[in-house]
Amino acid sequence: MQKRELTCIGCPMGCQITVELEGEEIRSVTGNNCQIGDRYARKEVIHPERIVTTTVVVTGGDKERCSVKTKGNIPKDRIFDCMAAINRVSIAAPVKIGDIVLKNVCGTGIDVVATRNIHKI
Amino acid sequence: MEANTMQAYDIVIVGGGPAGLAAAISARKSGTERILILERDGELGGILNQCIHNGFGLHTFKEELTGPEYADRFIEQVYALHIEYKLDTMVMDISEDKVVTAMNRTDGMFQIQAGAVILAMGCRERPRGALNIPGYRPAGIYSAGTAQRLVNIEGYMPGREVVILGSGDIGLIMARRMTLEGAQVKVVAELMPYSGGLKRNIVQCLDDFGIPLKLSHTVVDIEGKERVKAVTIAQVGKDRKPIPGTEERYTCDTLLLSTGLIPENELSGKCGIRLNPVTKGPFVNESMETNIPGVFACGNVLHVHDLVDYVSEEAGRAGEAAAKYVQNGCCEAEDTREPISLVATDGARYTVPSVIHPDRMEDLLTVRFRVGAVYKQAYVSVYFDEERVMHQKKKIMAPGEMEQIILQKKKLLEKPDLRTITIRIEED
Repeated sequence: MQKRELTCIGCPMGCQITVELEGEEIRSVTGNNCQIGDRYARKEVIHPERIVTTTVVVTGGDKERCSVKTKGNIPKDRIFDCMAAINRVSIAAPVKIGDIVLKNVCGTGIDVVATRNIHKI
Repeated sequence: MEANTMQAYDIVIVGGGPAGLAAAISARKSGTERILILERDGELGGILNQCIHNGFGLHTFKEELTGPEYADRFIEQVYALHIEYKLDTMVMDISEDKVVTAMNRTDGMFQIQAGAVILAMGCRERPRGALNIPGYRPAGIYSAGTAQRLVNIEGYMPGREVVILGSGDIGLIMARRMTLEGAQVKVVAELMPYSGGLKRNIVQCLDDFGIPLKLSHTVVDIEGKERVKAVTIAQVGKDRKPIPGTEERYTCDTLLLSTGLIPENELSGKCGIRLNPVTKGPFVNESMETNIPGVFACGNVLHVHDLVDYVSEEAGRAGEAAAKYVQNGCCEAEDTREPISLVATDGARYTVPSVIHPDRMEDLLTVRFRVGAVYKQAYVSVYFDEERVMHQKKKIMAPGEMEQIILQKKKLLEKPDLRTITIRIEED
């Protein structure tokens, strides 16, 4: 039996979670205070995922940059591939929160969406 | 300035960040008509605009938002409720009788007679000058928040090889942000034996990218005349003084400082508001009211928060109390008993609020506080005068994470002679 000690990143509580597993089979998850922690721990020990937040270039807007995020989690080991893809994107104002700026980033099945409004000037 | 040029508003809110926005919305929903937000920046939202990372709003909206998205939820409400605001406007002075003097490029200098004032100016970062780091003063030294603004709003990278001093949340977030944008973050040095940031930020901002966190370390030398060339850090002893022989030199072009936030209370001090030397923010009562009746405070100008959700909640209370004040006037005369003092001691550093008028409090009152060191398996104890009424075990408490207790009005009303509520941390 293998034991993994994790700090949950699901919310700012930062619960200390212990996962017991045999190979890829999870035997127990303890120390979490909610379901988010349970889900996080089960994924983290097998296939860790993260949300990526960054910015893209905007043209014709009242700001130079528009903040964006991956709409869902992407595999942790694809973070830098996704960053490279997002950094090639340039969008035109106006932009509204939730607008898709890049579809299916790096084949992860996850879209990159705007997280702020940019007005056209 | 002539008196007849003075406009009147029921409530003037100084600052259009998360605290000011939430206070304005709640004051409006509590029935106040003439509300004005004065904001120094060119847009509403305050620091949230540059906090593009996720993790906001889990308490308030039950979903994980980025800073700009969280701000937008409140800004949209301000628009929908037709709350007035002035951007690019700097408040110069608040007088004891609540005359607010402000200026901007279109109106020039102007004065407003406010029925109530809500202080929501936020905080600022401790600059290098406050840290006494030896060495030259070359380019390439930024506060973490300045670097955050440069990268996230302006789209500039401050440097390529980075050392970070201080493990506050902004420093941790910037370690990840700079790494994602191609910089090499070599080390985060923290003077204290514990991090000042949230645990999850250590995991997802440092551990994820293999960035070392060196606790009990500080910067002892900065090299470079025009631009930073290298930074030397050393371990510190219990007295927080560098230990000779432990120096490590890191070549780098950038040093980021994330060494603490200070509430921005110049205006408050000038108008006679009593400030708590621990929080550097005003002393407030259960209604978030300062010692000057009708002047309220909320958000990071009151005490520095780790979670914006708590800022919004507190600011909502301040807005509601200010609306009540405008509608009913000061309620001191109606109090049937002496106020209760809140005292933080034995490991608890301060409380917000610091005084409670039981008549005026809501059924439940959240009291927030911070501890002064890391405690494991310790208890938060609450005493009503000499009697211990709460003894709650906590797995871990740290200075970087705010704690809270909830007081029930009915429990306080049961004890008409209660004068002091004490919060202390007990090991056993």
